[in-house]
Amino acid sequence: MEAVVALFSPIYILMLAGFLGYEIISRVPVILHTPLMSGTNFVHGIVLVGAMVALGQATTPLEQAVGFLGVLLGAGNAVGGYFVTERMLEMFKSSKGKGN
Amino acid sequence: MDYLLETVYFCTAVLFIVGLKRMSHPTTARSGIVWAGGGMVLATLLSFAHPQITAHLNVTNYVLMLIAIGVGGGIAWWGAKKVAMTAMPQMIAIYNGMGGGAAACIAAVELLKDHGHEAAAPGTHTLLMAAAGALIGAVSFSGSVVAFGKLQELKFFKNDAKFRFPGQQKVNAAIFFLAVLAGIVIAVAHTSNGGLITVFFLLALAFGAMMALPIGGADMPVVISLFNAFTGLAVALEGFVLLNSAMIIAGIIVGSSGTMLTFMMAKAMNRSVANVLFSNWAALGSGEAQEVKGSLKPMEPADAAIQMAYAAKVIIVPGYGMAVAQAQHKIWEMSKLLIERGTEVKFAIHPVAGRMPGHMNVLLAEAGVPYDLIADMDEINEEFSTADVALVIGANDVVNPAARTDKSSPIYGMPILNVDHAKNVQVIKRGKGVGFAGIENALFFADNTRMVYGDAQKVAAGLIQGIKDLG
Repeated sequence: MEAVVALFSPIYILMLAGFLGYEIISRVPVILHTPLMSGTNFVHGIVLVGAMVALGQATTPLEQAVGFLGVLLGAGNAVGGYFVTERMLEMFKSSKGKGN
Repeated sequence: MDYLLETVYFCTAVLFIVGLKRMSHPTTARSGIVWAGGGMVLATLLSFAHPQITAHLNVTNYVLMLIAIGVGGGIAWWGAKKVAMTAMPQMIAIYNGMGGGAAACIAAVELLKDHGHEAAAPGTHTLLMAAAGALIGAVSFSGSVVAFGKLQELKFFKNDAKFRFPGQQKVNAAIFFLAVLAGIVIAVAHTSNGGLITVFFLLALAFGAMMALPIGGADMPVVISLFNAFTGLAVALEGFVLLNSAMIIAGIIVGSSGTMLTFMMAKAMNRSVANVLFSNWAALGSGEAQEVKGSLKPMEPADAAIQMAYAAKVIIVPGYGMAVAQAQHKIWEMSKLLIERGTEVKFAIHPVAGRMPGHMNVLLAEAGVPYDLIADMDEINEEFSTADVALVIGANDVVNPAARTDKSSPIYGMPILNVDHAKNVQVIKRGKGVGFAGIENALFFADNTRMVYGDAQKVAAGLIQGIKDLG
């Protein structure tokens, strides 16, 4: 039984997270599409964590090189994604104050 | 340590979800990214002590890790801070590509590892997931780089037609099929053969580039959004390989929300996603677009200013050209003068103005234009017939009437702003060149259209002066 539960729990995560992503994005005003796309772009920067683990386990120089590249790219995704999104959303705040 | 790490990953997932939820509402959007950012920092810091790393404790790897984070993060930080707001779409593309590349690298390390007869060697299904993630991640990487090149208008990517050849779909399908085959062979045979793995990655990279190359620049937002969803999926797959719950949850959420967003964007442009991807524009139109009749009639800014100053209603249609010239501040200054004179001024925004949904709203907000003066296409399209002057600034394809009438036109069917219905049309344009879609615009040749040539910022200054001179 335990093995079956272990097999199914990722599938449940998959299903629930899938619905969640759908729910988060639906009914979003068009003006937020670009910032939100940028925001989700930042969120998948979590790949950095995986790249760190991959590099941490590397034993051969080739694995180290590929792992190094992975961490480099992952860090770029996370950091770049954050600041691009932040800059975009910063503008939103100021516009909201003046408008409406 | 396991418990602590899992708890932190769990918190990270929660922070991501709350962050995204907040980002989907204008008033809380700003704080949303901070929440998500907190989650990221937490997860990254704790991952230095990940048991899968500490088990192989290797100081060199730690040093490499720190250097990679410093260099990668540093360059990205510098790029994100320095880039102009107009260049945001391609920045998103390139950072997204980096994520896809990182996912592919994780898979590469996993596949290259010679597990031999270790008891803990990964099973076939794990390797299959690693290979699938590698394929999707590599496609996202090379595709995003191409998208970046196109939006940045690098010379090499300038001419879309250059990358179209007969039987392209079949060639692409063949490359994709070979890549999938190579991935399956690698996973099923449990091989860590460097040659085969290299071929696999090259095929995947080639497919991504081939997929994005023939797509026209105006369709790029949809493509970038799709690659964003791809990267999410790749991250989730590698998350399953590494049994990393934060990666699984974040990846799946991005995958599904990104897919949704892709469809919503395509809908806003009245194009289906399949249409964007598989029937490139050259194949759509039956060759030459209809001949454009009439002539271009130039106008001086001073005359344009007089026409607007005595108009009852002016609708301004800002396009990417205005953003590039950084003219939004001057245009708003001019609008304020017109409003003082009693002219009704409105801004009409096409769904894809500025290359991405919502991009132009951000740029106008930056200039201080109040929200109630900005109208979406659906709200304002009826009003053009009541406007005395429609002022088009650096917009082209989104006001091209050929989209309504000319079946052979590559942009046929795209909803456009009905600028041609206005009594007078003024077009501020840098030169006589064609738009992003690479076609002539019949609007510019119409009898009631006048062309005001020049840099948008300088012309706007001229318009302001012209209105002020009237006293």
